[in-house]
Amino acid sequence: ICFENSMQNIVHNSDVSSESGDSTECVAEEASLILDEMAHRLQLSTVRFFVFTLSKAFKRLFRSVCVNEEGIQRLQQAVQEHPVVLLPSHRSYMDFLMMSYLLYMYDLPLPVIAAGMDFMSMKFVGEMLRMSGAFFIRRSFGGDKLYWAVFSEYVKTMLRNGYAPIEFFLEGTRSRTCKSLTPKTGLLNIVMEPFFKGELFDVNLVPVSISYERILEESLYARELLGIPKPKESTSGLLKARRVLSEDYGSMYVYFGHPVSVRSLTEGKITRSQYNLLPRCIPQKPSADTHEFLNDAAFRLVRIQEENMVLKPWVLIATLLLQNPDGMDLSSLAEQTDWLRHLALAFGAYLDWPDHEACSEVISCSLALHRHLLSVSAGHVQLSVTDAPQVESTPEEAVFHQAVVVLSCASYRNQILHVFLRPALLAVAMQSANSNRKDDVYNCFNFLRNMFSNEFILCPGDSVQDFEEACYLLMKRGVLQVLEHEIVMSASGHSTLAFLSSVLDPFLQGYQVVSRYLCEETNENLTEKEFIPAVRNFALKLILAGRLKCYEALSSDLQKNALAAFLRLKAVRKVKVGDQVTLKVNKIAVNSLEDTLGKSDVTSHQNSWCSSMAMFEIAI
Amino acid sequence: MNTENDPFFQTKTFSHGIISLNSFALNKPALISYCCFIRQAMPCSHYTPFSHSKKYIAEQDRAGGRFNKELTYSRSLSLRQEIMKWNGWGYSDSRFLFNKKGQAEFTGKRYRLSGLILPSLKDWFEGTFGANLQHRSPATPSLNLSAVAPPNLNQPFVEDLKAAGLTVSHDPEDRVFRAHGHCLHEVFALREGRIGRVPDTVVWPSCHSDVEKIVELACEHNVCLIPYGGGTSVSSALECPREESRSIVSLDTSQMSRILWIDEKNLTAHVEAGIIGQDLERQLNERGFCTGHEPDSMEFSSLGGWVATRASGMKKNIYGNIEDLVVHIKMVTPRGVIEKSCLGPRMSTGPDIHHFILGSEGTLGVVTEVTLKIRPIPEYQKYGSVVFPNFQQGVACLREVARQRCAPASIRLMDNEQFQFGEFCFFLILLSFFCFDPQHLCVATLLFEGDRGKVLQHEKQVYDIAAKFGGLAAGEDNGQRGYMLTFVIAYLRDLGMDYYVIGESFETSVPWDRVLDLCRNVKERIVRECKERGVQFPPLSTSRVTQTYDAGACVYFYFAFNYRGLSDPVHVYEQVEHAAREEILANGGSLSHHHGVGKLRKEWMKESVSGVGLGMLKSVKEYVDPQNIFGNRNLL
Repeated sequence: ICFENSMQNIVHNSDVSSESGDSTECVAEEASLILDEMAHRLQLSTVRFFVFTLSKAFKRLFRSVCVNEEGIQRLQQAVQEHPVVLLPSHRSYMDFLMMSYLLYMYDLPLPVIAAGMDFMSMKFVGEMLRMSGAFFIRRSFGGDKLYWAVFSEYVKTMLRNGYAPIEFFLEGTRSRTCKSLTPKTGLLNIVMEPFFKGELFDVNLVPVSISYERILEESLYARELLGIPKPKESTSGLLKARRVLSEDYGSMYVYFGHPVSVRSLTEGKITRSQYNLLPRCIPQKPSADTHEFLNDAAFRLVRIQEENMVLKPWVLIATLLLQNPDGMDLSSLAEQTDWLRHLALAFGAYLDWPDHEACSEVISCSLALHRHLLSVSAGHVQLSVTDAPQVESTPEEAVFHQAVVVLSCASYRNQILHVFLRPALLAVAMQSANSNRKDDVYNCFNFLRNMFSNEFILCPGDSVQDFEEACYLLMKRGVLQVLEHEIVMSASGHSTLAFLSSVLDPFLQGYQVVSRYLCEETNENLTEKEFIPAVRNFALKLILAGRLKCYEALSSDLQKNALAAFLRLKAVRKVKVGDQVTLKVNKIAVNSLEDTLGKSDVTSHQNSWCSSMAMFEIAI
Repeated sequence: MNTENDPFFQTKTFSHGIISLNSFALNKPALISYCCFIRQAMPCSHYTPFSHSKKYIAEQDRAGGRFNKELTYSRSLSLRQEIMKWNGWGYSDSRFLFNKKGQAEFTGKRYRLSGLILPSLKDWFEGTFGANLQHRSPATPSLNLSAVAPPNLNQPFVEDLKAAGLTVSHDPEDRVFRAHGHCLHEVFALREGRIGRVPDTVVWPSCHSDVEKIVELACEHNVCLIPYGGGTSVSSALECPREESRSIVSLDTSQMSRILWIDEKNLTAHVEAGIIGQDLERQLNERGFCTGHEPDSMEFSSLGGWVATRASGMKKNIYGNIEDLVVHIKMVTPRGVIEKSCLGPRMSTGPDIHHFILGSEGTLGVVTEVTLKIRPIPEYQKYGSVVFPNFQQGVACLREVARQRCAPASIRLMDNEQFQFGEFCFFLILLSFFCFDPQHLCVATLLFEGDRGKVLQHEKQVYDIAAKFGGLAAGEDNGQRGYMLTFVIAYLRDLGMDYYVIGESFETSVPWDRVLDLCRNVKERIVRECKERGVQFPPLSTSRVTQTYDAGACVYFYFAFNYRGLSDPVHVYEQVEHAAREEILANGGSLSHHHGVGKLRKEWMKESVSGVGLGMLKSVKEYVDPQNIFGNRNLL
């Protein structure tokens, strides 16, 4: 009822009607259509049915689902106090099913979920989701003011009435790489606005980290990244997924973080009085400083998600296997995994390492769960294609098959990247700075950080903090000595630094491939659409020619991020020609970026890594 | 509504026995029946009477006829000090206390509540604040004169004043009395016997030309003048600025209290600005008129003070706020006298110069004479009250009343916490019958004025609107008691301070759509801030809507807490009030509706009126008073 009032407000106040010249009635009708398409209809019977089915499915899929119960208690408390917004990480379709399932099981109010429209087209399931609290939003509605107005009013009304928590994904979509995605701020603005406008005393944001020992969509994602398009979600598709049910996906972890109060988050950063001069029902674009705040807040929330992400031993193993494309002996794998485990723990990783179990035991368990990515023979482990293609394939196909394995594996390594990221950037910076002077190292660090800020979660403006954090962690580990003006590597630090810089190696190489492509191959009329397939082909050729060993350069995610970075750094710009967007490359700028990246050159780098491994063996 | 025939009244039982119903017969004819609450509630005047005679007779409580008493006062400059508390609110003889049986009682004979036992106040007091009658925090019994710094005299100035025949005093009591308003920190310090910077001299002008002389001499000798009217400021406006090194002179306007003329043709009265509200009203009443300006402080506040702070009266819906009431203002500034040349009702002569004076808070000069609109005393007056199931419904009703522009002379809405506080003088026995949740219900009090037929019609209209929002009429008595609370609530603070409870009220104005949100957020902010600052018991944090306008409302907050266990309660209090004000501003509320800015809220002035706005005000100050003679440092 309350909503109807505000709907009327929208219709009267939004400038849609005056712009399009339609009558108010027309707009009202359109708005109510949008609402029909969007709205959820919570039905407890459906929810119960759903829960029943899900519990069956979950039991078959997962060995266990681990939830931090103190987090649930905190959530119970938070729900009592102020409206709650749940912000889970998004790695799988399972995420929001599991969220609703858990909240139901713990007797918490079921969340209302902003889900992508593609779910709605799954006929039966779409309705089911709707009846268990999902509402649907179009993937893109940037230009549609009425849609935006109806949608934001819908969310805000639910929040204001406070009868159910709102749930949405900060990352906007499922991360195909298991790296956290650069967060979107639109929905965050909508849920914060009632606080900005004084309609709510506070809003609690609860970041939730969901991690999987094995991701259901694992190879699906890898294929998608390699350009095999994702099938449209449909009910039959989900039925096919039944095959999935017969497999073992290990454990699943859900960590409910500490509620973050929007009020305390905004303290000193937002002057709420800026909202005093417009009637509150009129949608307002966030001001520049609000926008900056939202962006910053979104990054911080995603970082909290990352920090609370439970990591399995396999993540460490995957990291090592990727760095050793020729495979490793089980014994050295065990040793290095153990070493890496301690490093990760020292850097604050939230590692679920089974107590009282021998390292080799833990490793063989992990290998067993992920056997489809590996070949193990005579105590030698290697990443490889296990279910070999029946038909003899072309060299290209062979590369793609191997790439699927590598990218699948990389999606596990990516889960721990946030732990190593800052020290790794420092390690690479030290290498490429070729100097011990703190300023030089910082400049390199800053350059790399800037270059990779589309790739990883790096809070804008936190450069100095990140640098200090990296220094601190490496100092604590005895790798570096940080003096007033100098950073000196300690004698025992070489292996750690070498490991860290090779963590970033695939990305450095991938970005170099992209920049080389932009310099060497592009013609004048490269359109944005053609970019990904073209780079992919370029990389493929390099691999086939044996000039590139890095399969990750084939990933469309990396290519997109690299392009975004070049656009951001103004080495490439977009030009609209007709209805096509073409990319104009400033080759000089791209070249110089590549040069700077290349200072930590692949080959020399590889060498140093090899030699350091030798040292490392001795150290152990 | 004839109370005798009203079934509501007949079913009523009087658990508290405060006052008998018959004394409220409000439907007697004409002037006698003008049973202005003020006259029942308030004492006779103690200030200079209209006749200027040395004796006068105050006839009290005509309607009730409970006591007629002849009071004789010798006229004295320090009269106020003799009958008023030096370290608390109001008259010395009127105070709340817990008697030996632990029952609350209100002493004195001045108010309708005087001499009565209020059995449920103790439970409310202990329950709300976690206070205990065993834990007392008594005030210093009397002013320690040695704590008052010797005056920093500007001898030539004093000599010249005396030569001009003006009354001057350096008496510490006189000076301390005029060194403060009624902010919590001011009163708290007095109770602890701490005296800060006080004026060095007090001077009492008795007419406009006296003021001219004083200002002229002040400019000549470069002393700081602080005008003093009723002393009821709640914005630290009377505090002597610590950084002031010149001799500070308190200019007490209390002797300028005559009504100079009444113009019945134009319905205006020309009055000296030192007159106290209740005296003005009483004297006009004797002539058959009233101003209708009734701020809650009208027992003690002065006309000049109203002008200087942009005061607002309870019945502004009929009579208007002070800016609507003034026709002409005369103010003495260091540059000379500012006034308009005629008494025309409206002018288009550039920006209204009155608006430089209204709200200038004593920074530009001394208001000496004011021509005010007056009205014939209304034929009929009727209180009323409405109970709403919750605050939201109440606000919605007030909004609708404002939309239909049918607000009665006064309409106020108390929230549930305030209702519970007021319960000790409300009779809401029928609540159980209404089935309202006592944890949510709230009360609106109403006051209608006008000719009888119209009042009854008006009343019906308002009650009909209320009914649409679930409001139920709860009788005249409850309405009247609601207004009575206004006058005694300030006395209650002194009682609280005897038992480790400190509190204060503050106000704002806010657009209609934000009223509920603002109330909720500010109340919650107060509770939260108290908790964070180590206050042991949840504070009393209540709000009420006290005025309605076309585009918004005036909201009042009462806030009090038990400070046992805090080393610096006043500091905690100030931090919480500061946070509450920040919250108000963040929620679209104004810096002040009628209390003014003073020194307490100065820091937000720029934010409130923009840098350019503040600059305009500063340049006016710069022109009018380049030497900063009026150096109380308020506002700017």
